[in-house]
Amino acid sequence: MTLSRRSLLASLAALGGSVLLGRRAGFAQAAPLTKPMPSSGEALPLIGLGSWITFNVGEDPVARDACAEVMGAFVAEGGRMIDSSPMYGSAQEVIGYGLAKLGHPPALFAADKVWIGSGDEGLAQIEESRAHWGIPRFDLLQVHNLLAWEEHLETLFAMKAAGKLRYVGITTSHGRRHKEFEAIMREHPLDFVQLTYNIVDREVEQRLLPLAHEKAIAVIANRPFQQGALIRDLQGQALPSWAAEIGTRNWAEFLLKFIVSHQAVTCAIPATSKVAHMRENMAAARDPLPDEAMRRRMIAYVEEI
Amino acid sequence: MSAWWTYRLSDILPFSPQTYYRLFELHNPAVWPAQLLAFAAGLAILALLISRPPWAGRTIALLLAATWAFVAWSYFHVRYAPLNWAAVYSAYAFAAEALLLVLSGALGRITFATPWPLAAKTGSGIVLFALFLQPLIGPLFGRSWSGVELFGIAPDPTVLATLAVLLAAERMRWELLAIPLTWCAVTGATLWAMSSPEALLMPATGLLSLALALSRSLRKA
Repeated sequence: MTLSRRSLLASLAALGGSVLLGRRAGFAQAAPLTKPMPSSGEALPLIGLGSWITFNVGEDPVARDACAEVMGAFVAEGGRMIDSSPMYGSAQEVIGYGLAKLGHPPALFAADKVWIGSGDEGLAQIEESRAHWGIPRFDLLQVHNLLAWEEHLETLFAMKAAGKLRYVGITTSHGRRHKEFEAIMREHPLDFVQLTYNIVDREVEQRLLPLAHEKAIAVIANRPFQQGALIRDLQGQALPSWAAEIGTRNWAEFLLKFIVSHQAVTCAIPATSKVAHMRENMAAARDPLPDEAMRRRMIAYVEEI
Repeated sequence: MSAWWTYRLSDILPFSPQTYYRLFELHNPAVWPAQLLAFAAGLAILALLISRPPWAGRTIALLLAATWAFVAWSYFHVRYAPLNWAAVYSAYAFAAEALLLVLSGALGRITFATPWPLAAKTGSGIVLFALFLQPLIGPLFGRSWSGVELFGIAPDPTVLATLAVLLAAERMRWELLAIPLTWCAVTGATLWAMSSPEALLMPATGLLSLALALSRSLRKA
């Protein structure tokens, strides 16, 4: 039996889950916990930064500066992955504005998507996205919501082979098209998948997360707060008395720690336009993380509410 | 996007309410002093609706066409489209309505009855509302004065005034009603998804206009 680098790294990643969680070298005590990407072993902080809605602020100079401030604080906290899509209006341009303002942080992990109905237009859209970001290349490109996925995956794998892209993935959200998603995960050598996973939406625990683990595919969890609805619903409720055991001081940390403590999840990408909220989110990437028994307790508590 | 109809509107709206309302705060200074011209056009439409000279229909159609074209370009194309890709289609729709209004004006298809019927009185009242009262809705709900939505500058009051004119006309022109009525649904859905307190205003106005238009058409038939 041949043990490829990919499967070796995947096996290592599988060994004990959080045992392998490490801190990024070069950062002080406050640096976020990381997990290795199964296909390469590269460490990625457990919390990334989404840009859906929050970074779509158009030309508004005040709002653009606020977004740049969030990005600056995110990077200062040790964050790396920023995620966007051509579907997110002006978010890519706003990210480009923020990156330029921050002097293009070297630790950035640039994750974007291709989202266009025609496979022939994929490359042009990717180039446009890259220009908006103002970066030489993306680290990760994913086929957004499986739109024209066959053609786009071909393009992305060709880019990866040519050294113009590091990782390839596919995305879904709101629990849609999971059967097709699963089939693509089985048939193609993906590095990443992005899907909806949070303490309420846990359908992916049945098939997609175990499959990602088995196939050594990194998982990005989107909609960690159901676009803020979960936080709004829980805001008036008290945290359980045992929340301190997992080091959570607020609902954002509670909800995020639940997500990133799943063995198969590489990171979650909450979106925010407020520095204070971003810091709360980043705090979820710190020890201690809940174990399996604690995770069940967290689910039961939220379901009771 | 698969099964897009199964998404909730709030799932696919790509901006926050704050960003949406900021649009108007940024739009108003960017197009100044167009507000003065638009307001003058609105007053002229009102005066023509009341006085009804023989050339009122053509002039009103041209004035309305100018405001629809301006909103298509300055608001939808320049301001809104960077936030929402779907705004491009709204820009096309508003430009199409401008063209239809020009054609209708040129062909003399918008006329007003000589005695002042109830429809014309109601229409004038609604134009008055679109010019003076509708812009106050935002500040009334605590939003900034700099983001007031004005006739000829922002879509909603422009659409409302147009519906009023079309209802006040001697004959119903359905080809001119389609786009304004559709916009009432679109803007209502957008505001509803953002939980805006005035979300029902435009859909209610649209439904009322549709009911009045239908009843007038049926009575004539």
